[in-house]
Amino acid sequence: MYDIARTESALEQTDIKISARNVQVFYGDTHAIKDVDVDIEDKTVTAFIGPSGCGKSTFLRCLNRMNDTIDICRVQGDILLDGEDIYDPKVDPVQLRAKVGMVFQKPNPFPKSIYDNIAYGPRIHGLARSKAELDEIVEKSLRRGAIWEEVKDRLDAPGTGLSGGQQQRLCIARAIATEPEVLLMDEPCSALDPIATAQVEELIDELRQSYSVVIVTHSMQQAARVSQKTAFFHLGDLVEFGETGHIFTNPEDPRTESYITGRIG
Amino acid sequence: MSDITSAPGAPTPKSSTELVAASLKRRHRKEARLKWIGIGAIGVAFLMLAILVGSLVSSGWQAFTQTHVTLEVFVDPEEIPQERLPRGGFDDALGASLGRMLPEADMSQRSVRKSVERILSNGAQFKLRDMVVADPALIGKTISMRVPVSDPYDQLNKNLIDRNTPEQNRRVKDNEIAFFDALKAQGAISKPLNWALFTNADSRFPELAGLKGALAGSFWALLTCFLISFPLGIGAAIYLEEFAPKNKLSDFIEVNINNLAAVPSVVFGLLALAVFIGWFGLPRSAPFVGGLTLALMTMPTIIIATRAALKSVPPSIREAALGLGASKQQVVFQHVLPLAMPGVLTGTIIGLAQALGETAPLLLIGMNAFITSAPSSPFDSATALPTQIFIWADSPERGFVSRTSAAILILLGFLVAMNAVAIYLRQKFEKKW
Amino acid sequence: MTAIPFLLLILATLAGYVLNRMAARTIRDNGARLHSMTSYHGLYSALMVLVPVLTIILLWLVLEGSVIDRMVMSGLPDGMLDGQGTGAVQLVLAEIKSISRGQIFGTPEDWKLAAAERYSALRAQADWWMIAVVAIVALAILVFARSRVSAEFRARQGVEHIVSGLMIFCSTVAIFTTIGIIVSLSFETVRFLDRVPLTEFLFGLNWEPQIPLREDQIAAEGAFGWIPVILGTIVITVVALLVAVPVGLFSAIYLNEFAPRKLRATIKPVLEILAGVPTVVYGFFAILVVAPAIRSFGQSLGVDVAPNTALAAGGVMGIMLVPFISSFADDALSAVPGALRDAALGLGATRAEMMTTVLFPAAIPGIVGGVLLAVSRAIGETMIVVMAAGLIAKMTINPLDSVTTVTVQIVTLLIGDTSFDNPKTLAAFALGMMLFLVTLMINVFALRIVRKYREAYD
Repeated sequence: MYDIARTESALEQTDIKISARNVQVFYGDTHAIKDVDVDIEDKTVTAFIGPSGCGKSTFLRCLNRMNDTIDICRVQGDILLDGEDIYDPKVDPVQLRAKVGMVFQKPNPFPKSIYDNIAYGPRIHGLARSKAELDEIVEKSLRRGAIWEEVKDRLDAPGTGLSGGQQQRLCIARAIATEPEVLLMDEPCSALDPIATAQVEELIDELRQSYSVVIVTHSMQQAARVSQKTAFFHLGDLVEFGETGHIFTNPEDPRTESYITGRIG
Repeated sequence: MSDITSAPGAPTPKSSTELVAASLKRRHRKEARLKWIGIGAIGVAFLMLAILVGSLVSSGWQAFTQTHVTLEVFVDPEEIPQERLPRGGFDDALGASLGRMLPEADMSQRSVRKSVERILSNGAQFKLRDMVVADPALIGKTISMRVPVSDPYDQLNKNLIDRNTPEQNRRVKDNEIAFFDALKAQGAISKPLNWALFTNADSRFPELAGLKGALAGSFWALLTCFLISFPLGIGAAIYLEEFAPKNKLSDFIEVNINNLAAVPSVVFGLLALAVFIGWFGLPRSAPFVGGLTLALMTMPTIIIATRAALKSVPPSIREAALGLGASKQQVVFQHVLPLAMPGVLTGTIIGLAQALGETAPLLLIGMNAFITSAPSSPFDSATALPTQIFIWADSPERGFVSRTSAAILILLGFLVAMNAVAIYLRQKFEKKW
Repeated sequence: MTAIPFLLLILATLAGYVLNRMAARTIRDNGARLHSMTSYHGLYSALMVLVPVLTIILLWLVLEGSVIDRMVMSGLPDGMLDGQGTGAVQLVLAEIKSISRGQIFGTPEDWKLAAAERYSALRAQADWWMIAVVAIVALAILVFARSRVSAEFRARQGVEHIVSGLMIFCSTVAIFTTIGIIVSLSFETVRFLDRVPLTEFLFGLNWEPQIPLREDQIAAEGAFGWIPVILGTIVITVVALLVAVPVGLFSAIYLNEFAPRKLRATIKPVLEILAGVPTVVYGFFAILVVAPAIRSFGQSLGVDVAPNTALAAGGVMGIMLVPFISSFADDALSAVPGALRDAALGLGATRAEMMTTVLFPAAIPGIVGGVLLAVSRAIGETMIVVMAAGLIAKMTINPLDSVTTVTVQIVTLLIGDTSFDNPKTLAAFALGMMLFLVTLMINVFALRIVRKYREAYD
């Protein structure tokens, strides 16, 4: 647990986009996530770190209700997006996921053309009223995804024909196309080579000017490079949450320190 | 939140959140529609299955009972003199005895006498004949017999003949109905279970027709099929799965097996006709030949099932045995095969169940002849259960319609039993590694 | 009589096993160390006897009939069979055989009676010869096998060699079957094409397979053009697919994505039941329920409908094919990687949108493969159409007409006594050849599509 008071005073200065209180997640009988309280700020990159299996991906998937697709998964507690509980029965997950986008660990472009990949979200949500508008959205998303120059001449080529790094940037562009406010990234670079990783990290830094980004990563160095806030998960608990620099130089909890120095994980 | 820029003169641009919200209802409606179409499709399939089973049961259940008449038969020594045995006027004796139970029937008129005699099944006279031949002392005595009635009266008793249709369109005339009703009033009519369906061979008369020949033919054919396809199939599967080097030849064999599994069954019938009957000279219509043909068709199924069962045994078992110094064949036959047996047996039973229902190849080799006795060996002419169904389905007598359905129900019963055994084996013995 | 060689075989096998095993045990008891276990020595002898002698018996039984037939026919007095076609010759042979069995009809000629006597004599001799040969060979092998028993004898290797050979033989049975099919079909097809030109068969529009009863009969020469027949097959197949594909696909979509797990587990086996019903049952169902229903429905609309329409046969066939399509489609949908599902859902698609815009298009190759296999099954299906479809070939694509199919013609041409010279019999084989080739091509094509698609996702 961390200091609630400190964050509540910080509320006056920054926008809290997502606020989680007392979140529990159960897989069948297993209590996978215990008592998590965390605030995700807008226009900020928040990193979730921790050893594998500690629940960071699970918690991430709660934020856009992707855990709904798993039968045995139960979520309790409050998760508020812009002050509204996303688990309220009146909330439509379909609508939520247009607002909270997700990028997955392994790039998963559809076996369609690059254009159709990006256009997928806007098409199903009815965001474009004409082909011209759709073209605009596609170009804007590809530019924001820092991949426009590389693919502008082959928008009809299959998305699966790109290199790994390009595919992941394509997936990021695809997620941006629905004009989300929050971008969730589940270990987006773990399947990429170092050069592609660097490109994606650069992109994340640009993205934070427009979106609130939450990134799960198993690399502490990446968290240190990319994020402003860091949350350390361990065995389903949120152990410590704070400024990235503070976590890595002066952690308060001994478990955090053990992880940072490599004694655990 | 960012707005989408719009062309000049266009209506006020909506935010993306608003656009998303506007489309939600329509999209969820589409989803509900897709769901309901899916449920509808499944419903159609289920409905068809229900109609199939329902129509078979409703048309077939009557065939499991057969109307009989109990009568006192005077074994008239004038009709049936002992010297003429086994020939004699059995039908006349029976007719006369039946006539005595119908005082209103004027037996002196030939047409009336014929009508009365026609109430009894054609087989009744042979039953009487067999009794008298066995014990000639019966001549001159009166014995009580229960014999089946002929098909029209069986239908009448089961209310399958509409009494309201005009007389010339009916199978039984008004006076004949009156005779029958009189017998019924006397309590002479009974409707016991139709054991003849199982104990009699085929016959021209529906009330006497039974499946004994067909069941025996199917039994011999399946036995032959099993005895040939089981060892061949397992041998081939073991070789291909455990011993064969991964080269072009074994690929070719595999391709062959997969193709054979998809060849239409009628082509196997052509093969059997040309090779087994034409070239080898084996007897036509013999269950043995049917079994050979079925074996060729069942082998690919057994091979595929056995290979899957062998594959599912984990390599650690093989390695442990090899490590102890067993030869490859000893590993397979003493360790792997016993563990794979449940899967092998399941696949075999399912293959045999499919073979039991095969009709086309058996038709081509001649197992559709009209044969009135059951085969005593696999080399005698016989029918099989599915081909007998085919023959009966073609027959015009109404009694055969319900018997065909009944035979189908019996066939389905066998199939359900075999599949149940296979599933039971699978549940009970299959180990999850 | 034929049981005796088999009995001898069983006895010899058992004897060999026991003898060699005992001999080996004696050696072991005397202190020597055996290379192989005693049971392997026994097995060695047993298999050495069993395999060759069994082969001899089977070959003898198979060839005995035709050899004796040939001997009897060649021994007939000269000139008896001059100028007679093969059909008449077979008739003479059949008569001789039935005379030898004691079934005499009328008064056959003396030479036939003599031939019948010779036939019986030859058969009896053949039986004794077989017993003798079996006995001698078995004995020889037993002695040879016994002589090999020694401490160093590698009996296990011997046994394993024999077992290996047996297994290889089992594997090649499939090849022999395929060869048998191809050879027998080709043989008869070639003989058919001797009488009917290939162009007429492949492109002719008339199928009336009658043969002239007399040599000089001019009319009704018998037309053997298969186009109307294959057209009938196509019409019925199309009707069947029109039933099976929608029902099968939508069932699969529902089961794959929308059905709760327990419901799916109960529904799937029930659908499989539809696949397990024998086709003769479907055929009876067609004539008992479906065709009359279509007929009365048509009459209520004022349309005159034949009792054996393509609609009835095709409709019932479609019901039979529903589980094929449904389970192929279900497998194809399940094979699409979960990552694509997640990607679509993560972008805010409804489950229906994910299914129709991502899953289904990705699964199309697998689904198409399944549909092609169903087509192949429909083309080769026999009993439903024999019972529910017509016998007269007609150039029509109207499903309310009665049509005939390739399989119906094959069956109707061959039911009843057939001699192998009759052009009707040969026509059946020619049709069978075409059927085999067409289904083979479709199967190969379908499997290639399914395999290519599976590789793309592995």
